[in-house]
Amino acid sequence: MCTYTTIQAPVSGSAKGPNGAWFRVTDAAVYFDHPVHAPAEHTLNIDLAAPAQGPCARVAIELTAESARELVTAINAALAAVPPELTAG
Amino acid sequence: MSGELSATTLEIAGDGGEPIEAYYARPEDGRPRGGVVVIHHMPGYDRATKEMVRRFAELGYDAICPNLYSRQAPGADPSDAAAAVRAQGGITDAQLVGDVAGAAAYLRSRSTSNGRVGVIGHCSGGRQAVLAACEVELDAAVDCYGAYVTGTVPPDWPLKITNLVDQLPSLRCPLLGMFGNDDKFPTPEQVDELEAILQREGKTYEFHRYDGAGHAFFAVDRPSYRVEAANDGWERIAAFFGTHLSASGS
Repeated sequence: MCTYTTIQAPVSGSAKGPNGAWFRVTDAAVYFDHPVHAPAEHTLNIDLAAPAQGPCARVAIELTAESARELVTAINAALAAVPPELTAG
Repeated sequence: MSGELSATTLEIAGDGGEPIEAYYARPEDGRPRGGVVVIHHMPGYDRATKEMVRRFAELGYDAICPNLYSRQAPGADPSDAAAAVRAQGGITDAQLVGDVAGAAAYLRSRSTSNGRVGVIGHCSGGRQAVLAACEVELDAAVDCYGAYVTGTVPPDWPLKITNLVDQLPSLRCPLLGMFGNDDKFPTPEQVDELEAILQREGKTYEFHRYDGAGHAFFAVDRPSYRVEAANDGWERIAAFFGTHLSASGS
């Protein structure tokens, strides 16, 4: 099925995108829907993008639900593993 | 039929006369024939959709797929274009109707046209095919598992759509619907609701529902592909268009 649901979040940072070039990302879109490439019926998809630079300024990730949860756990663990003053603000 | 066909990318007049990109395929013989507008699914104007356009040419039709994301992401990779449009909440129904009308007009302007044009869409394109069949002068429509033709669109739904219950009395042409009984978008109950409305309104329709199939069972490049349902579905499509898009079509 197509879920259509899209969760959006502002982000600040950089990503390595088309042609191996780094670019500043400003927007994230997260949705659980059909993947373009991953061999699964549905995946947790993350688009890290810079819409001001056009639709091709995007890094796309498609993860199975299980691996997406593992990624969330890993991100939280990495953030928790350092002194809070490093991750404040 | 020689079996020869050609395919190309061209520009047509879309909604409001605005130029948009389209993928067009046609048989190489000069016989009069019907046309098919292929509405691409939400993932975009992609290779799988273009393969369908060529398949309709192989079946003997002039076929065209307007790039519904031409305005938002001209020239972009289909997956990038789809992501950009998704983030913007999709395209409007008004734009879709205008683009399909432009594509149908292009097909009817071909020297080989017999004047009859059908429309087909899968997934989000299934709903859009029904919408187009309510708003545009078309001769046949095929809805492959389009969600929210009926049913209630959740208030926080990210796409700018409504269901089509109010438009269905205006359906202008016969409708072929194909659905997987394991689908959640649309559910079998929503398909029942659509069928009840079509019956009540005295519309000509033909539905086929497949056990063991869910959403996107026609998609050969996805795990959802169900060969038996898809093969039967293609035969139904060929017969349906053969009936309604021939010069003597009813």
